[in-house]
Amino acid sequence: MSSETQKILTTDGIPLEESLKKAEKKNKIKAFLLVAPLLLYLLITYIFPIGDMFLRSIDDKMVTKMLPKTFKAMEQWDGKDLPSEEVFEAFYLDYRILVKEKTFGKLATQLNYEKNGFKSILKKLARKQKKFEEGNYKEQIMKVHKRWANVEYWRAIKRRAPNYTYAKYLKGVDMYEDENGKIVQVEESRRVHKKLWFRTLEIAFFVTVFCFLMAYPIAHLLATLPMKYSNLLMICVLLPFWTSLLVRTASWMILLQQQGIVNDFFVWIGLVADESRPEMMYNKTGTYVAMTQILLPFMVLPLYSVMKTISPSLMRAGKSLGGTPFVAFWKVYFPLTIPGIGAGCLLVFILAIGYYITPALVGGASGTLISNQIAYHMKSTLDWSFASAMGLMLLLGVLAIYWVYNKLVGIDNIKLG
Amino acid sequence: MALPKYTETHYRIWHYFYLLICTCVFIFLIAPLFVIFPLSFNAEEFLVFSDGMKRLDPDAFSLRWYHDMIYGTKNPWGLAAKNSFIIAIFATLGSVLLGTVAALGLSSRHMPYKALIMAILISPMIVPLIISGVAIFFFIAKVGLAGTHLGIILSHIILGTPFVVITVTATLSGFDHSVTRAASSLGSDPVNTFMKITLPLILPGVISGGLFAFVTSFDEVVVVLFLAGLENTTIPIQMWTGLREQLSPTILAVATCLIVLSVLILVTAELLRRRSERLRGINR
Repeated sequence: MSSETQKILTTDGIPLEESLKKAEKKNKIKAFLLVAPLLLYLLITYIFPIGDMFLRSIDDKMVTKMLPKTFKAMEQWDGKDLPSEEVFEAFYLDYRILVKEKTFGKLATQLNYEKNGFKSILKKLARKQKKFEEGNYKEQIMKVHKRWANVEYWRAIKRRAPNYTYAKYLKGVDMYEDENGKIVQVEESRRVHKKLWFRTLEIAFFVTVFCFLMAYPIAHLLATLPMKYSNLLMICVLLPFWTSLLVRTASWMILLQQQGIVNDFFVWIGLVADESRPEMMYNKTGTYVAMTQILLPFMVLPLYSVMKTISPSLMRAGKSLGGTPFVAFWKVYFPLTIPGIGAGCLLVFILAIGYYITPALVGGASGTLISNQIAYHMKSTLDWSFASAMGLMLLLGVLAIYWVYNKLVGIDNIKLG
Repeated sequence: MALPKYTETHYRIWHYFYLLICTCVFIFLIAPLFVIFPLSFNAEEFLVFSDGMKRLDPDAFSLRWYHDMIYGTKNPWGLAAKNSFIIAIFATLGSVLLGTVAALGLSSRHMPYKALIMAILISPMIVPLIISGVAIFFFIAKVGLAGTHLGIILSHIILGTPFVVITVTATLSGFDHSVTRAASSLGSDPVNTFMKITLPLILPGVISGGLFAFVTSFDEVVVVLFLAGLENTTIPIQMWTGLREQLSPTILAVATCLIVLSVLILVTAELLRRRSERLRGINR
């Protein structure tokens, strides 16, 4: 029918529909231009560097670049018996350059990650190769040390041929690829990371539970008290929230120390003897107590803002219809607070899972989390690719939690203070 | 919360039990902050209440740790405070500027891909700090700004903007757009409209977002630990080193000052929130 009716025109003679579309487009561009500076800034300084972390974590070009001729020659080698003379010659030529440039130490470190015992034989080779005669390099190299005649070591070199590796990710869950390319667990005594992942999850989970159990009653009290009292009590929640994290951690260090006030109190009420004051810091207890107190406001605020919107007449209605106060609470009030519970738990869990400062200060050896391990590799061992790999595994976990949460409660249901 | 007279006994008991639990939780929340306060006036070097303090003996209290904080010879607190304030102020300005402009665009109903862009803009708040720290460190080191004030300011802008974006979009959600249309129909250009109409109305949101950004930067340790050299040490870094090595009472003096600062910020934030609610016509 529209083809027959005359199109509505603006005063300029352009069809109204077109003119509106144009205006709409102009508005779109205007809005986008306002967002663009921040978006661009974050993409460059934040989002791309996270991508860069991924590239770093799988990058393994270093060895490949150091031994180009060797890897070229190795393409023909099936890896069963000792490689042929060409491989030995290529390796000798590559290694001579590294010795001349004095970078062979880096190669030794890298290959030693792959198989123990490389460091000493590479050093010995660096000394001996100066006197090498031309030709028959296979024999000459094998004479330097008997390990050079061991095919395992040549296989180890070949394993480093690809430009990319997922070895760091395997290392993050205490696994590695053995000589035959099978993925196996490291020996029991060296399985540190898996334990850390589980401990991180455990601490984050229990801190969330403790926060929820403590926050629910006080959020309820804050939401039901008359304004003039609740405002005063709200300060108790907001003041810790605005106070420096380090100040709060410091105060827990004072409270929990062996001669500290909490222990004094325990002795005073006769819970423990003066001589056997328990160690409450530098272990899991310290991490639990301090993290729960620090993260508690993040649970109280979303709960409070949801509870504030629930009309008290609903509970009264429940009771007047014959429910006991407990039934009325459980059937009417509690279900209405679920968006707040979801938001609070999500917030606290995600903050707890990436916590670094507090566990490092009060956690000791048994209370540290995966983020402490990441920081350790960033600052002490300088194994940045491993730190990146673990960071990304943590990030993946966090994103998975968001996804599950979105499926269960819906991200739009989040309400923040 | 007074109970009606007809309440049965076991509900009455339950009610008092509930109040007791609440009291305990409130003490758990706030008491740790009050421990620091008296101990920072301790005349002795130990971090426990001395017998003199328990007797309220005036000689057991002193200001020596405050004196040490300000005039102590080996103390880096002066430099740290200066750095912290410079970094936090510039980071806040950057966050507020970028964040407010972006929030204006985001609140427009014409904004395409709103959900995706919002997710990107607030991602620094959602991603665990340690991961942000690693990523930001790689970027800042790559552009050669590690160990400079500028590098730390740039990284704190990243961490601060989500707060500004969130508070300002929240303020704008109750914003009556007809007032800006009225202004333009009366011949005002967009910049003038923004400065004279929009900004004064959203100012409480902008300032409280700025406060969040300020506190985030002022209290930030993880990224600075990766980035800072000796000359850009900040208060949190000094506290971190102090707490790791040896808990000295001087740290408590600094902590007390920080608590006072946070009380000031809390009061400002509360006043702003009330003002903003009044302006938006939300009455409780």
